[in-house]
Amino acid sequence: MATRIEISGLTAYYGKFKAVADVNLTIEPKSVTAFIGPSGCGKSTVLRTLNRMHEVLPGARVEGKVLLDGEDLYGPGVDPVNVRRNVGMVFQRPNPFPTMSIYENVIAGLKLNGVRKKSLLDERVEESLKGANLWDEVKDRLNRPGAGLSGGQQQRLCIARAIAVEPQVLLMDEPCSALDPISTLAIEDLIQKLRSSYTIVIVTHNMQQASRVSETTAFFSLEKTGDPGRLVEYSTTSQIFSNPKEKRTEDYISGRFG
Amino acid sequence: MTATTMPAAPAGHQSLNLRGQTLRTPVLGAIAVGAVALTALLYLVTSIHSRIQFVLIVLLLFSIGQTVASVLVEGARRARDRLVTTLVYGSFLLALIPLVAVLVAVIERGAKRLDMDFLTHSMRGIGARDAGGGIYHAIIGTLEQVGLASLMAVPFGLLVAVYLVEYGTGRISRVISFFVDVLTGLPSIIAGLFVLGFWILALGQPFTGFAGSLALTILMVPVVVRSAEEMLKLVPDELREASYALGVARWRTILKIVVPTALPGIVTGVMLAVARVAGETAPLLLTVFGDNSINMNPFDGEQSALPLYIYSQAGQPQQVAIDRAWAAALTLIIIIMLLNLIARFVASRAKVK
Ligand SMILES: Nc1ncnc2c1ncn2[C@@H]1O[C@H](COP(=O)(O)OP(=O)(O)OP(=O)(O)O)[C@@H](O)[C@H]1O
Ligand SMILES: [Mg+2]
Repeated sequence: MATRIEISGLTAYYGKFKAVADVNLTIEPKSVTAFIGPSGCGKSTVLRTLNRMHEVLPGARVEGKVLLDGEDLYGPGVDPVNVRRNVGMVFQRPNPFPTMSIYENVIAGLKLNGVRKKSLLDERVEESLKGANLWDEVKDRLNRPGAGLSGGQQQRLCIARAIAVEPQVLLMDEPCSALDPISTLAIEDLIQKLRSSYTIVIVTHNMQQASRVSETTAFFSLEKTGDPGRLVEYSTTSQIFSNPKEKRTEDYISGRFG
Repeated sequence: MTATTMPAAPAGHQSLNLRGQTLRTPVLGAIAVGAVALTALLYLVTSIHSRIQFVLIVLLLFSIGQTVASVLVEGARRARDRLVTTLVYGSFLLALIPLVAVLVAVIERGAKRLDMDFLTHSMRGIGARDAGGGIYHAIIGTLEQVGLASLMAVPFGLLVAVYLVEYGTGRISRVISFFVDVLTGLPSIIAGLFVLGFWILALGQPFTGFAGSLALTILMVPVVVRSAEEMLKLVPDELREASYALGVARWRTILKIVVPTALPGIVTGVMLAVARVAGETAPLLLTVFGDNSINMNPFDGEQSALPLYIYSQAGQPQQVAIDRAWAAALTLIIIIMLLNLIARFVASRAKVK
């Protein structure tokens, strides 16, 4: 059920500003890939091109190809709404819907896409919350507001919400940066669990996290501010962290810059 | 001594002096009493006698006395703090005065005539000097006219606001924004004149409650648009993105995520708009015309309305008519308050607990 992602010649703009240039990489199905690199090098931008969220911002556009199991996301006639049903996303800051209960938050994607059957919804809520390691903590208060949970719980709620629509790919943009070490661990455990069924791409500033959760790592960087970010090195995580080919990767990994 | 005790400050170390001196309550009380006494004296020897001025002078003297005492005892920073605090509370109280005064006046004079009889009878067949009569016809008129105006203005205003916030870019939305601003400043009588000239005179339509609600609609739309726009802008983009990322189409995101999130604020804005037009007299004068008997049908024949009723009754010399005007004013206030409460209740039901 998981999907291969092939990115070729990808360039992303914000208006006239070229944020990332000429990215080429292939992400294997059912793997965890980490995007690392200094701030502003375009990790989030590349991530958001993978489910066509980039173009939501006014003036933002993309050149190049992103193939999802061979089909170009940016091909003619492709509906971004359908793309996003297959490629889920978890954001840096937990963003549960404030008007909805925990239950409603989890099934928001299904409900807003027209699923009505109560038994199916109930089932999916339990499944997704269990999948997100949150079920035990909230099963007695499913009808309380989602915004009333702790930050870490909210983030796991957002993950439950994302997996409830059963996407093929899960994108995570620094999902732990607003969380304490315990919640971070909970989310990392969760990623380990999810890797068997999803293709996962995670942006992180935490090198240990990248080495703990991912099997492949992409290092992005930029020459100087104002230049577009570029993919510097893409390889297995162990290779990147123990024996990088590029000098710049090594400098970054060992903390000499960025 | 336990092991956790901090070592004593080294000898010669300056004390931190965290406490400082504080003005005691009796001192403040004395200053207040002094301020009142001084003002009273001032009133005895001079010819000032306004009650509002009395309050203002007391406030002024109290602030001066307090500031001086505070500078002496507590130091300049605390004194400034006290002065500003006094000013803020004082302004708040001053702002309350007109509100309370209006309410008290209306209740005092309006309660006299406000009973079931008054609420359930019209003015049909009541002579200029007769004591009876009521406002049933005017309540019907106001409810129908404001209701119709809301039915037209609220959906339309909301759609415009959604367009401006969610879709509008570039020139069209700037033009719409400009016209909404112009409409916001439109004197209400102009709205009435417009309906009179266009709908009644040019198109030959009769004076009806509906003509009045057309004029009210013109006044309501900009208020609804502006307030809904502000509320929709407050909805964080993260929520929109969260919804898009679930594969939800844009219009559904707006309908099911953005508008519900902004709903309490939108309801407040709509209620402001309703309250504003429910009290409009001038545009109704030109369109509804006013009538003494009950007319349930807003689309046929002249109607009355509470503001019109108040205007016509208050303009008469007899005390009975003036009493009726006060009672009608009280009714209008109560109706608007009830509508407000109902709207808030409905909006709060929509939230998760
Ligand atoms: N909404 C936007 N409008 C204009 N420029 C943007 C926008 N978002 C990002 N950029 C620019 O695009 C470049 C890449 O930004 P991006 O957010 O992808 O970096 P990042 O690698 O995710 O950084 P961080 O690690 O700080 O999150 C930066 O130069 C940034 O200033
Ligand atoms: Mg980022």
